[in-house]
Amino acid sequence: MTTIKADDVKRRDFLQLTAGGFGIVGVIAAATPLVNSLNPAKDTLALATTEVDISTIPPGEGRTVTWQGKPVFIKHRTPEEIKEAEDVNLALLGDKEIDSDRVKRPEWLVAIGICTHLGCVPTGQKMTEARGDYGGWFCPCHGSHYDTSGRIRKGPAPKNLAVPPYEFISDTVIKIG
Amino acid sequence: MANKERTPFENPVVEWVDSRLPVFTLMQKEYGVFPTPKNFNYFWNFGAIAMFMLITMIVTGIVLAMHYTANTELAFDSVERIMREVNGGWLIRYIHMNGASFFFIAVYIHIFRGMYYGSYKAPREILWMLGVLIFLLMMGTAFIGYVLPWGQMSLWGATVITNLFSAIPFVGDGIRTLLWGGFSVDNPTLTRFFALHYLLPFVIFAVVFLHVWALHVTGSNNPLGIDTKGPQDTLPFHPYYTIKDTFGLLVFVLIYALFIFFMPNALGHPDNYIPANPMVTPAHIVPEWYFLPFYAMLRAITFDIGIPFTDIVFINAKLGGVIVMFGSILLWFVLPWLDTHPIRSARFRPLFKIFLLILVADFIFLGYVGMQTADAKLFGVVPLIYLGQAATAYYLAYFLVILPWLSKNEKGRELPASINEAVLAKNK
Amino acid sequence: MRKSLLTLMVLAASVSSAGLAQTAMAATGEVHLEEQEWGFDDFFTGTYDRAALQRGYKVYREVCAACHSMKRIAFRHLADFGYSEAQIKNIASEYSIEDGPNEDGDMFDRSGRPSDYFPSPYPNENAAKAANGVAPPDLSLIIKARHDGANYVYGLLAGYEEPPEGKELAVGQYWNKVMPGHVIAMAAPLSDGMIAYEDETPETVDQYSRDIVEFLAWAAEPEMERRKRWGINVLIFLAAFAGLMYCVKKKIWKPVY
Repeated sequence: MTTIKADDVKRRDFLQLTAGGFGIVGVIAAATPLVNSLNPAKDTLALATTEVDISTIPPGEGRTVTWQGKPVFIKHRTPEEIKEAEDVNLALLGDKEIDSDRVKRPEWLVAIGICTHLGCVPTGQKMTEARGDYGGWFCPCHGSHYDTSGRIRKGPAPKNLAVPPYEFISDTVIKIG
Repeated sequence: MANKERTPFENPVVEWVDSRLPVFTLMQKEYGVFPTPKNFNYFWNFGAIAMFMLITMIVTGIVLAMHYTANTELAFDSVERIMREVNGGWLIRYIHMNGASFFFIAVYIHIFRGMYYGSYKAPREILWMLGVLIFLLMMGTAFIGYVLPWGQMSLWGATVITNLFSAIPFVGDGIRTLLWGGFSVDNPTLTRFFALHYLLPFVIFAVVFLHVWALHVTGSNNPLGIDTKGPQDTLPFHPYYTIKDTFGLLVFVLIYALFIFFMPNALGHPDNYIPANPMVTPAHIVPEWYFLPFYAMLRAITFDIGIPFTDIVFINAKLGGVIVMFGSILLWFVLPWLDTHPIRSARFRPLFKIFLLILVADFIFLGYVGMQTADAKLFGVVPLIYLGQAATAYYLAYFLVILPWLSKNEKGRELPASINEAVLAKNK
Repeated sequence: MRKSLLTLMVLAASVSSAGLAQTAMAATGEVHLEEQEWGFDDFFTGTYDRAALQRGYKVYREVCAACHSMKRIAFRHLADFGYSEAQIKNIASEYSIEDGPNEDGDMFDRSGRPSDYFPSPYPNENAAKAANGVAPPDLSLIIKARHDGANYVYGLLAGYEEPPEGKELAVGQYWNKVMPGHVIAMAAPLSDGMIAYEDETPETVDQYSRDIVEFLAWAAEPEMERRKRWGINVLIFLAAFAGLMYCVKKKIWKPVY
């Protein structure tokens, strides 16, 4: 074998570095669609709205509907519940939000029914279920208590129940999403 | 044990790991400094290319499996959903779909290389037989994979091939029922085929590991077919062959990409875009191209074998076809003992070379026959079925008659003294 | 060099034998299809004609949809035609979609939304069969599901003829020169002037057929434009990379020889 000259080595280094660069770009380009395919598909995203007829929900009762595969609590609040939610001293809240920022119409609370702690579904939609110390919802997994505005009052959950984007299409129909 | 021979690495992290688990030493030994004959031609790229294809198939296959539903009601729709709704799903499916074809192209060339340069001969018999096993596993995996989209060709291909098993005396019907899990190819069949299609590539991977292990025990054959005699005949695998393999691979992938992006369905069949219908068989069913030569051999046996002029039949046409088809591959297992000529490479065996190249043409012609309808005629005159029978006869004769005969009678040319001398002489 | 040529030849042979497979398959069909010129057929740069897609959709909607479903196509897919979100909402709302069951367990009709798929003309395949004798195939994939699909569908729509002398056709059977076996259960669906185009495009059977083929080709391969665009980039990248590796390889191997 002949000996390798110094400028040979240099050129090889440059060439090999460029080739290595191409290799890295190629691998990343090939991996991108594979990873991206795991994101929600187009038909999944297209089904991102749900319409609900709320005319049949009596005051004090709730209805749970599915939106993007998640439970959404729609609660027809009684005047007492509304008053309770509105009169809370903000200083007592962990996640400070006033009730009027969380509802579009005071009688209707719409919130995603997933405990902000670790994702369980709290109870309290039915009259017969435990509603916790604040008359809203109670998460049986780790004991988080939510009030009638879906705000966290006691327990490990860090945040209030999230409010999904929604609108009133008419007095009796809301569209979530 | 290996620790004793270990030379320490400079990088302290590498050294720390390697002194506990010598993976770096292993890589260095098997892929770094591994002595490799210096006279490989580009045919020696196809092992690495096949390996690349296997990994491509496994990676894309796993992603596809995340979106696919193995149920006769939903399978076709779920594949179309991958094509239309999943982000980049069409690309992943087309890579996988055409990947099967290109995996077979690479492996067929790899097998031809082995046959042409006598890579199956001592001491590489087990290496060769593991390779044949990989090929068989690939055929099985490809066949059940083609069933999964649940189009018309999926259903009817599966029906025809599973019915082959019923030709086996006594146990055939039982095997077929076991494959079906019912009274025809139906939902239970699809579900188990999906499970097997997910499993078999990993089995292939394990056998490939053994194949490579065996290769690294005996070392590679080379175009001259003579053994390496010392360091002057070899080069370290890295960088010489890592770089050369990468170049060859890129050229291969370039052609592969041409199919994926510009004619993704050229190697497929339009009927597989019609959802499976158990009530209607397509007018002309054909297997995927890589099965065609074997399919032609299956169809070549149109006659019963028994005592002439009596009704006594030992092997009916159906069983005969199945035996010939499977036998045509099983013969490869005993190839090292059919061809016992001391010279490996066809370069130094002019007669062998001619017969082998005829075999290649014969095999491609069989593929053509397999593609045509059973009653097709060549140039509108010669019934293809007879030509298919002649081609099948040559195929069998090559292995069973010609190779043993050549082993005894072919003289062969004088071999060069060493790889190094031959390389130097060529570059003069 | 000689050997690398050999390798390339082997590759070329495998590729061309695959090509042979295609032509041979096409040759087994008894009918001859006339090759038409399609913008989407261009090997490297094929694109769909947006205006033709819109017209083709109109033809489908006013004629084909009476019997043929296209259940893999949703209104939101029409964004590919250059329609805005509002236009798509508008188009979708013109359809009535069966939804449900509602809280009382009943199915109900509502107006369509972009996420809805094209409604099928028949509730199930048996109903389609009962109404037509043969179930009209779903058209979502028809171009991919036939040999030389675009020319086939075009040829079929233009291929209605009087049966040759002495051929008796049963009721509900028609003669078509492109259909394998020539007997088809679909009556000639198009006639000149039957669909009103909004612009100056000629309202002829030939133009209707071209437009519907454009629309169906898109329906079968909606990813085609993006696929070819990506493909060009991938080929350029691979060619440059391969060229680079060839130089590296030559450089490294030089001292060996």
